[in-house]
Amino acid sequence: MAERGGDRFKRKPMRKRPPHERIRDFHEVALGFTEEDALAEAARCLQCPNPTCIPGCPVEIDIKSFIGFIREGDYESAIRKIKEKNNLPGICGRVCPQEVQCEEVCVLNRKGAPIAIGALERFAADYERSKGVPEARRGEPTEMRVAVVGSGPAGLTAAGDLARLGHEVTIFEALHSPGGVLTYGIPEFRLPKSIVRDEIEYVKSLGVKIMTNVIVGRTITLDEVFAMGFHAVFIGTGAGSPKFLYIPGENLNGVYSANEFLTRCNLMKAYLFGEYDTPIYIGRQVAVIGAGNVAMDAARTALRLGAEEVTVVYRRSEAEMPARLEEIHNAREEGIKFQTLTVPVRFLGEDGWVKGMECIRMRLGEPDDTGRRKPIPVEGSNFQFEVDMVIVAIGQNPNPTLTRTVKGLNTSEEGLIITDENGRTSIPGVWAGGDIVTGEATVISAMGAAKRAARDIHNYLMEKKGAALGWIPPTP
Amino acid sequence: MFKILSKERLAENVVSMLVEAPLIAGKAKPGQFVILRVDEKGERIPLTVVSVDESGKAIRLIFQEVGKTTTKLGRLRPGEYISDLVGPLGRPTEVKSYGHVVVIGGGVGVAEAYPVAKALKSAGNRVTAIIGARSKDLLILEDEMREVCDSLHVCTDDGSKGRKGFVTDVLKELLEGNTPINLVYAIGPAVMMKVVADLTRPYGVHTMVSLNPIMVDGTGMCGACRVTVGGETRFVCVDGPEFDAHMVDFQELMTRQRMYLDKEKMALEKYLREGAADG
Repeated sequence: MAERGGDRFKRKPMRKRPPHERIRDFHEVALGFTEEDALAEAARCLQCPNPTCIPGCPVEIDIKSFIGFIREGDYESAIRKIKEKNNLPGICGRVCPQEVQCEEVCVLNRKGAPIAIGALERFAADYERSKGVPEARRGEPTEMRVAVVGSGPAGLTAAGDLARLGHEVTIFEALHSPGGVLTYGIPEFRLPKSIVRDEIEYVKSLGVKIMTNVIVGRTITLDEVFAMGFHAVFIGTGAGSPKFLYIPGENLNGVYSANEFLTRCNLMKAYLFGEYDTPIYIGRQVAVIGAGNVAMDAARTALRLGAEEVTVVYRRSEAEMPARLEEIHNAREEGIKFQTLTVPVRFLGEDGWVKGMECIRMRLGEPDDTGRRKPIPVEGSNFQFEVDMVIVAIGQNPNPTLTRTVKGLNTSEEGLIITDENGRTSIPGVWAGGDIVTGEATVISAMGAAKRAARDIHNYLMEKKGAALGWIPPTP
Repeated sequence: MFKILSKERLAENVVSMLVEAPLIAGKAKPGQFVILRVDEKGERIPLTVVSVDESGKAIRLIFQEVGKTTTKLGRLRPGEYISDLVGPLGRPTEVKSYGHVVVIGGGVGVAEAYPVAKALKSAGNRVTAIIGARSKDLLILEDEMREVCDSLHVCTDDGSKGRKGFVTDVLKELLEGNTPINLVYAIGPAVMMKVVADLTRPYGVHTMVSLNPIMVDGTGMCGACRVTVGGETRFVCVDGPEFDAHMVDFQELMTRQRMYLDKEKMALEKYLREGAADG
């Protein structure tokens, strides 16, 4: 307890497994806070009278209060406080970019280091998990039914919130396993699937039903969903269609989209090929194109599968990389190489397999409309390097499966669903939120959007039903 | 979980299964497919929906036991369950009145050609079908095809049934004959579809093929099934599975189909070795 009350400006770092050990398996890299760490870190919190951290949280967790409880050693109250707003704390404590949200606006950020809010959230969630998660409290049944399309972060959040308010919620999931990107996209070493499973179980314990293997738009239409007696629909189908570079040689064997590579590994457990049936190619010299979080996940996964050398190839400089600093740092620690200001112009093949890559060097020009400096090709700077596997991780388009099959649903040119600030779409009774509305973003921003939509859906349902009966709806 | 209602062996390695799947059965149209996962540790594979049974609640799947997954599937018995089944996927066949249509099915591809031939016949086309297999014992759905076609040509590589030769030999004669052909529709091994495409190209006969690349999710999420059509990358699962045969890069398709050949062989051998122990 020596650190308790220690230096206010010194942040407690999270323990991590050493790189040489962690690159040999898929077990979690970050180990979380011990009780001692958590108490020391929570003790640093100023418990501001007007906390700035809370508005920084897209799902409005009462951060001050939950940290207050941790300070007192009352972890049960801490997790209960978090769960008032967030049904997925173990997930968010691991994958939220806190450094640009709650922690960025923490008062201590200006004076040194912000409180490790994410690590504390994770601590509270893991504490509860180790003790056994108590039965969730369900809301008074309203007899109103809501269908949720997609069981990713947005879908699970909308479903959880609505179930808590007493609505009967069914999630329709296209894949065989729920969780969306949490299941198929984010690797085990960053987000253990047992956590995802447990938090989905928690959402189910609120009364949410999940039907897997159902594609709304294919297996059942949106009209049929309403015909089944649902009073409202929330669409959270995500940004699930991989972008490619569309350069020569991209369809050679050994060239993957990050989505395919990660889906094979995470959802299908191809890293356990032999026990599981889904194969994956294991490259020796791997290039990952792009430098977002997905690219870091892909690079680190390739390394764990047994690649000798993994290089992240990015067209801008390190300063512009969209990945979280922490993930870039983790990747670098593990020996991932970075080739910045470089873009591939074609893939070179031999017998149908990728064998190399021709790239061109870039320089940075004026800032573009994203505010980042625009990469400009340097004429005549082409060069080649050897690779036997490429993972293209340059982003995703919205998933078109549902939007293509629904009439009257307003979408943008790129295929994003157009909504108002509460997630209402052009079809009455239909809401949408998450990546299918905003384009590729974070888990937590999808959850925030789902939360706003759930609130609006609740009001809509209560207006539809409750007012006539003179019944006063519980406030969310 | 999806219950297997009945099972029938159509040829040595070809199995037909009726699987209970009311939602899919209510929606499936000719040309569409499902993705299935046999069990918890299984991979996801696409299979064409051959037909919907009279009750409207079950779909027929026909597959050849070639790898671990299909072998495992073939060993399931009526009353047992397939873990996951999702669909219908892909765009349905464009069924309209073309005039004279030649439908070609090679090997287990006959199972996929059947619903298309049937639908095209119902739409008022004159349907000539050519079906083929390596030998008599591997030929499937001959009677069913005969029922939905105006004329049927059967051929086997070894001459054990029908005429000796390839489906493309028959097609060549038809193309050279006096009856104009408005559409050729071919499903079978990629190499067969390639030969069909090469054959009809000089005659300028519109030719459609249904492609069968490796897939994972089947909903446009992974891009494993991408194929070059007319110089552009398309996803077979959402943009297909049917494409203009004259635009398809078959060489690329065939290379991509072989991507995991060594691993698939390894998995099958291991399965057969271990499976032998428990019967």
